[in-house]
Amino acid sequence: MKRPAANNIGSALREAGISRRDFLGFCATLAAAYALPAASVGAIAAALEKAPRASVIWLSFQECTGCTESLTRSHAPTIEGLILEQISLDYHHTLQAAAGEAAEQARMEAMRANAGKYLLIVDGSVPLGNAGYSTIAGVSNVDMLKEVAQGAAAVIAVGTCAAYGGIPAAQPNPTGAVPVSAVINDKPIVNVPGCPPIPVVITGVLAHFLTFGGLPELDDLGRPKIFYGESIHDRCYRRPFYDQGKFAETFDDEGARRGWCLFKLGCKGPVTYNACATTKWNNGVSFPIQSGHGCLGCSQPGFWDMGPFYKALSMPTANVEKAAGIAAAAGVAAGAAMAVANRGKKAAAKAAHAPVTVEDLEKKP
Amino acid sequence: MSALELLTWARGPGLALALAAGLFGIVLRVFEIQALGRKGDLATARTITPGSGWRTILSRSLPPPGMFQRAPLTYAGGYVFHVGLAIAVFGFAPHIELIRGLFGVRWPGLPNLFVDAATVATIAAMLAVLAGRLMDPVKRLLSGFGDWLAWTLTFVPLLTGYAAFHHMSENYTLLLALHILSVELLLAFLPFTKLFHVVGLFMARWYNGDIAAKKGVAA
Repeated sequence: MKRPAANNIGSALREAGISRRDFLGFCATLAAAYALPAASVGAIAAALEKAPRASVIWLSFQECTGCTESLTRSHAPTIEGLILEQISLDYHHTLQAAAGEAAEQARMEAMRANAGKYLLIVDGSVPLGNAGYSTIAGVSNVDMLKEVAQGAAAVIAVGTCAAYGGIPAAQPNPTGAVPVSAVINDKPIVNVPGCPPIPVVITGVLAHFLTFGGLPELDDLGRPKIFYGESIHDRCYRRPFYDQGKFAETFDDEGARRGWCLFKLGCKGPVTYNACATTKWNNGVSFPIQSGHGCLGCSQPGFWDMGPFYKALSMPTANVEKAAGIAAAAGVAAGAAMAVANRGKKAAAKAAHAPVTVEDLEKKP
Repeated sequence: MSALELLTWARGPGLALALAAGLFGIVLRVFEIQALGRKGDLATARTITPGSGWRTILSRSLPPPGMFQRAPLTYAGGYVFHVGLAIAVFGFAPHIELIRGLFGVRWPGLPNLFVDAATVATIAAMLAVLAGRLMDPVKRLLSGFGDWLAWTLTFVPLLTGYAAFHHMSENYTLLLALHILSVELLLAFLPFTKLFHVVGLFMARWYNGDIAAKKGVAA
């Protein structure tokens, strides 16, 4: 793993060739994201520049490495990627050069040297079904998570798998996968969901920790409100078409070519909270909806189990024909039974009918 | 259970349950009413007026002479509420998608602004007719639990739908789930409350129009 000689992030970024202008631009983005006044950009830059290289241990469990790829391969070089490099990333399977016992030794050393101060980043879900489903150096994921979390200042669950279980936890969840929060409950946890999460969101949380020495405000799902406070639908540039009732009906019709709303094609933007529509991807180039595909809702719990991807949100998620057929048949049967009962009642009333003659009526009581 | 899980349940098992209850009840009541039967009419019809039953279905929706002036709130409120509700239910694109998902039929949706205005008018009309019912001593006396229940079952989906559309809470997902659940409640209760008139009025009006015509009072 590349280890810069610099002992703080500012000098490390300068060594990496990042100009002061670019760095301030990044700080301005962060200030805007955190809804801070423009005057705070200088303060953020000063704090971030002087921030010591915090020790970070990154554990990867049941995951696909997409979260790491998102951060390191999005564009080269990005300040987001460089900040990841400049922090003291003491342990990361994919990025570290060391392997085997040497790698584990590095983790133990980092835990010992920075006890109570290091950040633990986790990507991937934790299997509870069987300890052997996912192990690192012979240690089960759940044991390693508990061991490393014990001395951590905070835990950042990166990606939907670590935050909510994600695809490994999708039905029928063969490994008994759970999110980090199901195992660790005595440490502050920040969920940074997404499949994968947006790079600037990951570094935004890191930068907040480095700049302010704490974690950002979270929503009820443990996500930083600044990035997950609004739905994709509310910030989507196609929203006016939704309001006008203009929808793409297929992926290649006139509506799709004109960039109309993708709601009817199954877009989950209305129930998905993330920053895709504002920060976008690949240095602000685009995001899925801009590329012509509806949002899949990847940053929400239950991603993968909340109905078909290509059915509109208001459409049934399951086949209801069978239930309707059985109900109609039962209705006919119950109706027939009621009809028989009513006819019986009618016949009984007829049998009990006592004829009244004119003479009867004229009789004085 | 998270809001999204609730929404997913409402779109799947919840919808199946509500549809099953609604369909079961509608079939049961239609079958029961039809099976009651009538004795064969042996008399010759006084007037030959084909279509009298069908015309009555429409004519009974118009106020008899002088009645609009006597009860303007009932008629105006009733018209606005029923027409507005039809626009909100059948004009909003996501609702049309639901109908397409269930029955395979579709039609173009209306602009949201128009549907929104119709919804506001419907909510206002429903509140007005409720106030009228509460303030008029005769109507209040005639109203029973079934009337209040029917009003509530109709009003809650409108209100939750309006709140969801306008994101009146940070938790849009929960509002949407509550909206769908309230519609499912309406659907499940429909056959067993006064709301059954959405089906029963056609049968009742047709029969009344047809029998009256045969007796010489053609519609």
